[in-house]
Amino acid sequence: MSPVLSGVLQLTALVAALVLVYRPLGDYMARVYSSEKHLRVEKLIYRSIGANPNAEMRWPAYLRGILAFSAASLLFLYLLQRIQGILPHSLSLGFTAISPDQAFNTAASFVANTNWQSYSGEQAMGHAVQTLGLAVQNFVSAAVGMAVAVALVRGFARARTGELGNFWSDLVRGTIRILIPISVIGAVVLVACGAIQNFAGIHDIGQLAGGTQQVNGGAVASQEAIKELGTNGGGYFNANSAHPFENPNAFTNLFEIFLILVIPFSLTRTFGKLVGNVKQGYAILAAMGVIWLGFTALMMWTEFHHGGAALQAAGGALEGKEQRFGIGGTSIFATSTTLTSTGAVDGFHSSFTGFGGGIALLGMMLGEIAPGGVGSGLYGMLVMAIIAVFIAGLMVGRTPEYLGKKIGTREIKLAACYILITPTLVLGFTAVSMVMATPPHSILNVAGNSVDGSGAHGFSEVLYAFTSGANNNGSAMAGLNANTQWYNTTIGLAMLLGRFLPMVFVLALAGSLAEQKPVPETAGTLRTEKPLFAGLLVGAILIITGLTYFPALALGPMAEGLS
Amino acid sequence: MNNSVRSTARLAGAGLRALLVLTLVCGVIYPLVVTGIAQVAFHDKANGSEVKVGGKSVGSERLGQSYTLDEKDKAGNPLPDPKFFQGRPSAAGPNTENTQYKLLVSGASNLAADSKVLLDSVQQRRADVAAFNGVSPSAVPTDALTASGSGLDPDISPEYARLQADRVAKANHLPEDEVHKLVDDHTDGRILGFMGEERVNVLQLNVALRKLAKG
Repeated sequence: MSPVLSGVLQLTALVAALVLVYRPLGDYMARVYSSEKHLRVEKLIYRSIGANPNAEMRWPAYLRGILAFSAASLLFLYLLQRIQGILPHSLSLGFTAISPDQAFNTAASFVANTNWQSYSGEQAMGHAVQTLGLAVQNFVSAAVGMAVAVALVRGFARARTGELGNFWSDLVRGTIRILIPISVIGAVVLVACGAIQNFAGIHDIGQLAGGTQQVNGGAVASQEAIKELGTNGGGYFNANSAHPFENPNAFTNLFEIFLILVIPFSLTRTFGKLVGNVKQGYAILAAMGVIWLGFTALMMWTEFHHGGAALQAAGGALEGKEQRFGIGGTSIFATSTTLTSTGAVDGFHSSFTGFGGGIALLGMMLGEIAPGGVGSGLYGMLVMAIIAVFIAGLMVGRTPEYLGKKIGTREIKLAACYILITPTLVLGFTAVSMVMATPPHSILNVAGNSVDGSGAHGFSEVLYAFTSGANNNGSAMAGLNANTQWYNTTIGLAMLLGRFLPMVFVLALAGSLAEQKPVPETAGTLRTEKPLFAGLLVGAILIITGLTYFPALALGPMAEGLS
Repeated sequence: MNNSVRSTARLAGAGLRALLVLTLVCGVIYPLVVTGIAQVAFHDKANGSEVKVGGKSVGSERLGQSYTLDEKDKAGNPLPDPKFFQGRPSAAGPNTENTQYKLLVSGASNLAADSKVLLDSVQQRRADVAAFNGVSPSAVPTDALTASGSGLDPDISPEYARLQADRVAKANHLPEDEVHKLVDDHTDGRILGFMGEERVNVLQLNVALRKLAKG
């Protein structure tokens, strides 16, 4: 069997598995967020929070809940890293306190569901920070994203009210009823295939030819499962999902990709259920699926084609890739991780072909909506749907509507603010970093080291870093040394602003939609459950992103890929 | 004013309590439950899949390791031991300290596809591997020329293993066809016939080889 055919078959198997769970999981999540009943353990949690889970919140109250919870998370995670040096050895593994700028960056990163890492896990973080800090944020930051998505969906589904549900209830239910059960299953599958799960420290084991090798212990499988399922992406180890202890074989590789994609895709079913028309969910799913499949096919094509002088000389694009996954499996992982807000990697994007790196970049630049992060993918895509109906409305001269709600001036302003945030952060910070004196020194692949003396790849490293941060992805062209005060601070800010500012606009939008009374459907209403609309949506996404980022992409990956 | 201060404080308190109780659930109970299941049901795998020969640990099946001599080349790197099958090159880029599978840090070279540094090392590796194994440079497969993502890749391609078989046989005074058969026996196909690539686990192969040589 050729490697190309193997790649195509793996993609087919993945799609089949996603199709299989789409309806049951999507329907289950719809029930989780609309059920009247509270589980006993949930009641206990509400009592200790001191919150009434039945109290309806308007959008400002919902937002305040998110901000209060996230601020507490940020502070807790920062302090946990800063006190690592005084924790007992069994909890710290002897690692010292993380420096203030790196601790800020890491706290911002995990609270913002980004998992950008300017540290090497095995060299910096002990059991306490990994398990009590980072892994906890993997759960709750994902649950926050899902809560915001559900609040927006309620905005469409409800009428003549401003109420969007209860944040504490959505947070706790997402964690307890969705993320934890799937993670337990996922973690056990990973251990069964060879991922490690223990609390041993760093120890030496013998080697066959003599000498010893250092080996880590850790609660790796349990963290790995939620890292993928919650589209977080922060590796226990520096090599992330390329490390054999995180991702032991080709099956776990495919399984981890499945965990990344399963909630974002299935949430479109949840959305359809909650707005009372599953076909609306299918249209959104179709737009997501077309982009994801298209990107994956392109990635496979360019990686199998292995352009670039060094890869041509090696006879294949295997630099930074593992033998057991091969090029096909690594390509599927790369597009799935960058089209969601995951950022886990099983191969290193910096050593991909020029175009391959560009496809990963563009995936993040789309705003990670195909299918996007858990929750954030759905709300990002619904904002784009609002833009698409607006464009369609302009073409025929009608007031645009979506799901029975009028898209008026206020809604369009909020949607426009939403889509302007990340490009501003990405392009602004990249430009400033390139013109300053010191930040460019962090670049690994400098102009003098490339075959034709071009600095295109070096520019891509910086552009990639801010794109990844502001879009809450977390993957990197890891040649860039990002552990400097400048990058720790600016990427930290980009992650926080890129996560929470869009949420403000999404919740305001949800509140405004929930207050409206529904407009009756007429013969002139744009049928948003039809393929025509899905096509329009894909077109709108590609054009808006393409125009925004084209100049930057031309300077980086396109220049490298075409040379 | 007083009211809004009080309500902010109340909200911040709720946020903190929510975090603490969820930390207990997701950061203590969840990993302990998973560790409990893992240690009971998959004890060896959960602890790193160590391979033992005669009761002595010789490494982890999941991690690549180095098979080198005490002598060093001009650059100060230990020379490969001809008696063993060799793994893939381990990334030695400026951004990672994981040279030759020795240190704790995992990682890749992160060198670009159009990097002159990478081009030079690919050409160097091609010449080195060809000379070491006494084969033509054009016969050296890609996995022998490129560093992996983790720097700890436990596997090589069957082509690279076969290419090394004659040299290994000679160094161990074994018949060539026996060593080739050993490689075939240790070649793992794709999982379920289509997932990933064919591969040879270098440690398992070398363990079997040593057994054969001592036979």
